[in-house]
Amino acid sequence: MKKNKATQWAIAVLCLAAGIQSCKPKNAGSAVSSDAAQRAYVAPGKYDEFYNFVSGGFSGQMSVYGLPSGRLLRVIPVFSQDPQEGYGYSEETKDMLTTSHGFVPWDDLHHIEASQTNGELDGRWTFANGNNTPRLARIDLKTFKTAEILEIPNSAGNHSSPFITENTEYVIAGTRFSVPLDNSNGDVPINTYKKNFKGTLSFIKVDPADGNMSIAFQIKTPGVDFDLSHAGKGPSHGWFFFSCYNSEQANTLLEVNASQRDKDYIMAVNWKKVEEYIKQGKGKKEAVRYAHNKYSDVTHSATSTIETSVTTIDVKDLADAVYMIPCPKSPHGCDVDPSGEYIVGSGKLAALIPVFSYTKMLKAIQDKTFDGDYDGIPVIKYEAALYGEVKKPGLGPLHTEFDGKGNAYTTFFISSEVVKWNIKDLKVLDRIPTYYSPGHLSIPGGDSRKPFGKYMVAYNKITKDRFLPTGPELAQSAQLFDISGDKMQLILDFPTIGEPHYAQSIPASIISKNSQKIFNIDQNKSKYVTMGQNAAKVERQGNQVHVYMTAIRSHLAPDNIEGIRMGDEVYFHVTNLEQDWDVPHGFAVKGANNAELIVMPGETQTLKWIPTKVGISPFYCTDFCSALHQEMQGYARVSPAGSNVPLSFSIGTNNGPGVNPSSGGDSATGGGAPKAKR
Amino acid sequence: MKIPIVIAAIAFSFFLYACGGAASDKKSATESSKEETSSSSGSVNATDNPSYDAERGKGKFTTVDIPAKLDAAMAANGQKVFDVKCSSCHKITDEKLVGPGWKGVTQRHKPEWILNFITNPDEMIDKDPKAQAMLELCMVRMPNQNLTDVDARALYEFMRKNDGVK
Repeated sequence: MKKNKATQWAIAVLCLAAGIQSCKPKNAGSAVSSDAAQRAYVAPGKYDEFYNFVSGGFSGQMSVYGLPSGRLLRVIPVFSQDPQEGYGYSEETKDMLTTSHGFVPWDDLHHIEASQTNGELDGRWTFANGNNTPRLARIDLKTFKTAEILEIPNSAGNHSSPFITENTEYVIAGTRFSVPLDNSNGDVPINTYKKNFKGTLSFIKVDPADGNMSIAFQIKTPGVDFDLSHAGKGPSHGWFFFSCYNSEQANTLLEVNASQRDKDYIMAVNWKKVEEYIKQGKGKKEAVRYAHNKYSDVTHSATSTIETSVTTIDVKDLADAVYMIPCPKSPHGCDVDPSGEYIVGSGKLAALIPVFSYTKMLKAIQDKTFDGDYDGIPVIKYEAALYGEVKKPGLGPLHTEFDGKGNAYTTFFISSEVVKWNIKDLKVLDRIPTYYSPGHLSIPGGDSRKPFGKYMVAYNKITKDRFLPTGPELAQSAQLFDISGDKMQLILDFPTIGEPHYAQSIPASIISKNSQKIFNIDQNKSKYVTMGQNAAKVERQGNQVHVYMTAIRSHLAPDNIEGIRMGDEVYFHVTNLEQDWDVPHGFAVKGANNAELIVMPGETQTLKWIPTKVGISPFYCTDFCSALHQEMQGYARVSPAGSNVPLSFSIGTNNGPGVNPSSGGDSATGGGAPKAKR
Repeated sequence: MKIPIVIAAIAFSFFLYACGGAASDKKSATESSKEETSSSSGSVNATDNPSYDAERGKGKFTTVDIPAKLDAAMAANGQKVFDVKCSSCHKITDEKLVGPGWKGVTQRHKPEWILNFITNPDEMIDKDPKAQAMLELCMVRMPNQNLTDVDARALYEFMRKNDGVK
């Protein structure tokens, strides 16, 4: 009894303590002292403060998480087919994955860059690179859909991409693999690398009005591996910086042979000057073939065009525009601070971080403080461009982001940590372990002129024991740190899809307000739209059967279709007549050799079905839409080839006259107002 | 004797919590979700709410002037909207399909009620006794078809034409 009373007093005191605690003002001090769970917690029904667009790596897709909760909000299909929503399977979206090699249904999406205006995030688009079959994608942040995919010719391994200039004038695509270029004879011995293999840096113009991408020019370079890059900003706007390794020009066992030299390079390109050379006609048109795929939210379909020409310029013809800055030990990350003055190179095998000064670089160029040349490109003396080195920061620096308060944060793969250091005095301020071995990291706006230095996410390459085991294969992981105080504090682990490489974090406020809710049915210009249920129909064109179908809660129209024959190709053109947010309808048919459709309100999508068996094939809505979703179903009758069952369709004509079932067709009359007999 | 101590303390802590919570909400969440507000308003029972105008319903249409004569052009526009956005579920006869048939609808409801219902179905279904009674019959919430005011008015004219107004 006494014990009981004591317990109750204890509860009472705890309640009081909790109440008083929460009454404290929410300033930086209390944020640091409160616990991690509270800082990563976003209550049910509340929104996250940031969108975190994370590369899906070998999944080929782009995932979207909320920060600080780490909640997965969406996976945007980009370079890989997605049976979940029919992307790359539906007739309308197949062409997004067309390349000069034909249909390529997968890629390796490494890096994401968000569009900027005046060096600040503007929330219009994100860009992503396809690393395997070189491609660039643009995602529209109004619809969170892939709006455009551009193949990059004269490229192999589009790794140094898709970094942008500060007004999104250009998005960049630099080759990882140097190769014999497209219109040269590529049938050469591999060990003729030095003679026959070239690198290219593509500058892709982005139309400021609609985002349309077009290759403005390609710079041909000596054969090296371009790794990462970042544009100058502010005073250094007009320059682009590319890290490159394998300056040894090895063509085998790069692990050893490309790690011979003490220093490789950061290539500095004065792209404004290159623009002038191109304007002066110094570029050369070359015949190449590459696909340019665009998706329209008006026709709700993709178009793929094969482009046949590109303008190239050899680096040898770019006097006074391209320079090499020596950078220790196979540089990987190449990051420019918010002021645009400091360029951070991260040698994968280095035990220091060199920080270069834009001002010193310009002076070195002016004074010709060179240290010879690399295949004709002037090499600036290391010390002449160097601002200073961060000494003993850790092992294996990879990538650096900035908080806008004068600090830089660098990931260290080998020593598995993030290190915070001051850009001005190059002193290490803090270090925190990650679990395990981080690759990229992301601070909201962390590579722009205006970072939001509140959170930092490290994307780890190794997960091991961080979550419940799931057999040999584990999800990869991200870790969220609060960086609002002096010390970095780990506040959340969350698993990710595929492999997370680079990411961008964007304040929710500049994206969510523009997020589209529906597609206006009145503006649907699909060739296969069905404007209202009365317009639903089935037509035969040779061996093609086109079903113009509508979907609304909760029926598909028509839902009885007869007269399909073996050997036919059936196209279900499904128009969702709904005009309310979050009411997609799905469509699937038994035995279809592809996937399903998920059709947004006001949208039209097409599923191709080649029947494989005589009989009745059911179809239904796959996305739970109403209390009568389970009733949203229908039947397609497939007759043998050459059958005389007439083509017919209906909805609402229930249990027709009891004629000989094999004669078919009599009970199913076409079109017209639906007749319900319930 | 013991219980009141606990209750008082819990109550006090909630009171204190509320003062901290409101301030932190503003900072931590950029926007609060729509779900929360709609679910709380959804619990209001219209029949218990004397201020609810069951004749006019809830929405932006408070008074609508309808001339005696039919505007045939407007009715034709209304039919176009009907074909795309309404005909999947409604017949123009008195026969129920998914939703009720439209014959006589302009005699059953005031124009304001119809215009409010077709432009603001979610709130009406949550609040309006007649809309709720209809939901019990049809078992499908009428979708919001995002009608513009002009479309809604044209649809009403089409309903009038269907009801014999010349």
